[in-house]
Amino acid sequence: MIDKRAASAADAVADVFDGATVMIGGFGEAGSPVELIHALIDQGSRELTVVSNNAGSGEVGLAALIKAERVARIVCSFPKTANSTVFPELYHAGKIELELVPQGTLAERIRAGGAGIPAFYTPSGVGTPLAEGKESRSFDGREYLLERGLRGDFALIKGRSADSHGNVVFNKTARNFGPIMAMACETSVVQVESVVEPGGIDPEIVVTPGIFVDRVVEVASPVHESELVSAGATYP
Amino acid sequence: MTPPPSTIPSHGDGWSREEMAQRLALDIPNGSYVNLGIGMPELAARFVPEGRTLIYHTENGLLGMGPSPDAGDEDPELINAGKRHVTALPGASFFHHADSFAMIRGGHIDLSVLGAMQVSCTGDLANWSTGAPDAIPAVGGAMDLCAGVKQVFVITAHTTKSGEPKLVERCSYPLTGVGVVNRVYTDLGVFDVTPEGFRVAELATGIDLETVRERTGAPVLPALEREAMRS
Repeated sequence: MIDKRAASAADAVADVFDGATVMIGGFGEAGSPVELIHALIDQGSRELTVVSNNAGSGEVGLAALIKAERVARIVCSFPKTANSTVFPELYHAGKIELELVPQGTLAERIRAGGAGIPAFYTPSGVGTPLAEGKESRSFDGREYLLERGLRGDFALIKGRSADSHGNVVFNKTARNFGPIMAMACETSVVQVESVVEPGGIDPEIVVTPGIFVDRVVEVASPVHESELVSAGATYP
Repeated sequence: MTPPPSTIPSHGDGWSREEMAQRLALDIPNGSYVNLGIGMPELAARFVPEGRTLIYHTENGLLGMGPSPDAGDEDPELINAGKRHVTALPGASFFHHADSFAMIRGGHIDLSVLGAMQVSCTGDLANWSTGAPDAIPAVGGAMDLCAGVKQVFVITAHTTKSGEPKLVERCSYPLTGVGVVNRVYTDLGVFDVTPEGFRVAELATGIDLETVRERTGAPVLPALEREAMRS
């Protein structure tokens, strides 16, 4: 019998190790797995490499993980947002390394990593500072950059609901990086508002098939990052 | 794209932001799939001529984006690339980031409207960084948009607040893309990026070519006769 349910967010992230690469879903607060990130803060692993589109806001969720100085390096397309103060401080202090990647290149690197493709050529970034040090090649008279696929040790993702086989559906624009991060990581953890029995989700509407998901955790009423930020909340 | 004659009223020294957005909106054909950048580009949505339907793409994973919701109806998981609350219109679809950027990079989106710090006369765009050493580098999807979308329009003030030209011979800021901009909409008019450099497509009411040339950091060619007759 397959049952991917983890008893708690703490159980679901218990084996994250020092130096792990952790992909964290979300675009701003939409799809940010705040409860899983907070469990990771409690869990204590250090020297993490985080792959995420943004670098968090306020002092909760991803920003709190960064503030706790648990992230040595972040791979990111847009590390500054409104209410983003934690990352800039640590970045200016030289306490966190940044690899800046165009958003579409970041998405495709993750997808490629999950699809067994070690590298690919893209037109994005040609002739810009982000092309420095990258191999380029011309196809049909146009220049492209060689980009590497990305893989991770753990993915932390937020969905809307899942079944115990790990089939996941998402909520609106909170889907963003979730499906591709689930593909690209050795162990993919998804928090959802409800976990149902197999058959409880129409196979025609499954977005992420269970083969890409290792653990599902029920968080029935997830917090919204923006509400915590406007309340001035911090974690822990 | 041949725009209909402009109906934008005169305000003396060039167009306002709204008038620039209105002028740009005239050039977007019915049925286009359009990605509007954050800020002034978003204004264009307010001025789409009656009878035209555009489908808005936001790169965080929504086609068929609608206007902001009423107060109280905001959903933190339904946002645009600027992280503002939006709505999904009937016929909308959600998708993940790799699909979203396949739409962009694969040439499926018809038009990208972007802001700019600088545009060069060969169509280079600089809009993500001033290169200042203390700045937090952040690029988002701009490089993908200008590398892959069929047409790129830029909407920007013609000069900086201190009067420096933003339309230049060569960009001094770090580039977002090389040779990617097709057309520029400013407070002084509409300018095509052609193999010969910037060419006037239309001048804002009350603006002459001499004024444009004074405020541009690259040569500006006069309108071709067909356009000149129209304005």
